Amino acid sequence: MDLQAIAFYVLSAVTIGSALMVVTARNPVHSVLFLITTFFTCAGLFVMLGAEFLAMLLVVVYVGAVAVLFLFVVMMLDVDFGSLRSGFARYLPIGGVAAAVLLGEMILVASAVGDRGAAVTTHYGASPYSNTEQIGRVLYTDYIYFFEAAGMVLLVAMIGAIVLTLRHKPGIKRQVIADQTARSASNGMRIITDVKIGQGIDA
Amino acid sequence: MNAFLLQYLPILVFMGIAAVIGSAFLVAAFTLAPRDPDPEKISAYECGFNAFEDARMKFDVRFYLVSILFIIFDLEVAFLFPWAVSLMKLPHNTQVFAFWSMFTFLFILTVGFVYEWKKGALEWE
Repeated sequence: MDLQAIAFYVLSAVTIGSALMVVTARNPVHSVLFLITTFFTCAGLFVMLGAEFLAMLLVVVYVGAVAVLFLFVVMMLDVDFGSLRSGFARYLPIGGVAAAVLLGEMILVASAVGDRGAAVTTHYGASPYSNTEQIGRVLYTDYIYFFEAAGMVLLVAMIGAIVLTLRHKPGIKRQVIADQTARSASNGMRIITDVKIGQGIDA
Repeated sequence: MNAFLLQYLPILVFMGIAAVIGSAFLVAAFTLAPRDPDPEKISAYECGFNAFEDARMKFDVRFYLVSILFIIFDLEVAFLFPWAVSLMKLPHNTQVFAFWSMFTFLFILTVGFVYEWKKGALEWE
């Protein structure tokens, strides 16, 4: 067995094992940490497929950003560990149906690939261009509509996140340096004369 | 084993060494270190008091907003990488097209950026 096969089996075993731990771990924070392991090993599998750019994107975007977002969401939900297990039996049928449909689809795809071969065979090393360059050659010209649509999706996501979560607290005093430096003696000072004894003054 | 994957061999070796060292310390701590647990020894310590509450507390939703805005600009940068690598190698007429298609994309996201700046989503009160 060569090194490539060993690397593949180790990476896929770790992927499946940590994916199982994501579902079964009691502590949701541990689930997120196992999810990070899953992302890392999936990146390794992508590298083995020759999809270098996708692998690096998985590390940068999913490990670097999405996992942090998940951690924030887990911390924000303030989950009660005791009540986490209570819904398990109730959601088992619908979850089982979803899992069965997914499994059937994956078996269909795998058997189709096994019969006819994958639609696009990767020729890593054979192409004179690197993986990133191959994407760059078509993404911004041939697939421009999808590219700009991705930009619109990001814009909608940005505006949606702001609309849904941005709340300004009223009555917060901020330092405005321009106002401070614009003050002069004429509008910042007042000379007070004849204050009566025993009486205060209004500001 | 082909030449492409051989480029990643150092990373594999690095990960192997990291896994060996990491697990060696864990195993050594479990087997060699003296363990003599005691209820007082393993309880949470909070300045002489009993612990008031769970250490995990609810996060403010503003962390979520910062995080999701970070993801969006992270993805924007991810789109820039293949563009930067391939732009100067394209034939000239498609090169101009690809240049302006990226600038349209950046303009769309700049609209969002101006919106979030004006709404004060980047301020931390």
